[in-house]
Amino acid sequence: MLKYTFDWSIVTSGKYFEWLVSGLKVTLELSAVGIVCAFILGLLIAVLKMSHYRPVRWIATAYLEFFRNTPLLVQIFFWYFGSYKVLPAAVNEWLNSTNFEFAAAAIALTIYTSAFIAEDIRSGILSIPKEQMEAARSAGFSYLRSMQYIILPQAVRITIPPLVNQFLNLAKNSSLAMSIGVMELTYQARQVESYTFKGFEAFTAATVVYLGLSVVITALMDLYNKKVLNPHRA
Amino acid sequence: MEEALNFQVIIDNFTYFMIGRYPNGPLGGLGLTMYLAVVSCVLSFFGGLILGLLSLSRYAVIRYPVNLFINAVRGIPLLMVIFWMYFLLPALMGKTVPEATTVIMGLTIFTSAYMSQIVRAGIQGIPKGQTEAAVSTGLKHWQAMLYIVLPQGLRNMIPSFVNQFVSLIKDTSLAFIVGVSELTHVGTQINNRTMAFPTEIFIFIAAVYFVLCFAFTSFSRWLEGRLAWRKSI
Repeated sequence: MLKYTFDWSIVTSGKYFEWLVSGLKVTLELSAVGIVCAFILGLLIAVLKMSHYRPVRWIATAYLEFFRNTPLLVQIFFWYFGSYKVLPAAVNEWLNSTNFEFAAAAIALTIYTSAFIAEDIRSGILSIPKEQMEAARSAGFSYLRSMQYIILPQAVRITIPPLVNQFLNLAKNSSLAMSIGVMELTYQARQVESYTFKGFEAFTAATVVYLGLSVVITALMDLYNKKVLNPHRA
Repeated sequence: MEEALNFQVIIDNFTYFMIGRYPNGPLGGLGLTMYLAVVSCVLSFFGGLILGLLSLSRYAVIRYPVNLFINAVRGIPLLMVIFWMYFLLPALMGKTVPEATTVIMGLTIFTSAYMSQIVRAGIQGIPKGQTEAAVSTGLKHWQAMLYIVLPQGLRNMIPSFVNQFVSLIKDTSLAFIVGVSELTHVGTQINNRTMAFPTEIFIFIAAVYFVLCFAFTSFSRWLEGRLAWRKSI
């Protein structure tokens, strides 16, 4: 028979509650920094992947395949433990002057996620009919300007739902940052467990927070789908 | 480049990376990674099949709780699922559970939830007319599902299953966190012992995962192309 007395008060108030809140804050910071950087990098890679020059395309493909086919945890370890030998001295110095655990996790999450985002952006762009580009070019726009004014504004609209999905994945993946000592939500739940032996309460609290995050964001996305993507569908 | 890379450390520890201390000790390294991935994959295939079928049940009493479970698992990090297993399994079974079993259970529950979505989509991709025709020839609903819909649906699901297997191979690296000596864990071990070669070690480990995962990703793409081609004729 299980003998376990629940004590929910430890995760709803007091010191341990504050630990969990600070963990959530770090999780959100990591996800926010990650998604912004990953979007920019992903956009760049997507554009390279569609370049007319074969070597450029190859570089983009190699990047995509490599970072999508290696575990995120190994990438985190690489940036945290191993990157100092391949990065220039100035970069190392700068990284060491920052919160290095956070920086290493943010770099790894950014690069990992950018590879997935690049594919989402690319399929968004490819879903815009080719004739639009041809029409823009024949109207005198350069390739880049056609992209900027004609293709991308439409593609971004379609790409938003998968991007939001990637944001949720990123938020969940950021839990791996605990392995190098970033004090995010999972790390703090683990801390609360080891200080209080109240693992059930601690993990329930963290689980509820992660679920809350995805429920809220999924609901917002549904709203977006209804209002923006399919405004005329009953 | 700050320092020259020296891959001697990889050559010195190569067997340890690949199989751990096997056959003189427990299997570790890449061997254990593959073991975890294959066992979890087989279990999650059945888990995903059952969850997927239940999530399409005609009875709301079954459908709703199953969908709730699937979405809850999909909404939390895999690491969280593994931690849940880590302290729930011993509490439920009343005895200590080996770490590898904990990880396999965690991976299975997590991956089953994702596989169920593949099964669901695969079943929904088969035209309704097939079920109707089967039922009108006298089959029961479950027989129509088992003999008519699933065999066709499963074939279309194969590429997605292979992709899921690739995710599983990558996800086994999380076993490191509860101390299972698979490839990533072996890497950190050797790194802690030798101290001076973290870059070389993690580049090598990434390369091993890459070769493995890329092979399966390419295989899945090839299958997808073949299936599309068969459908077109």
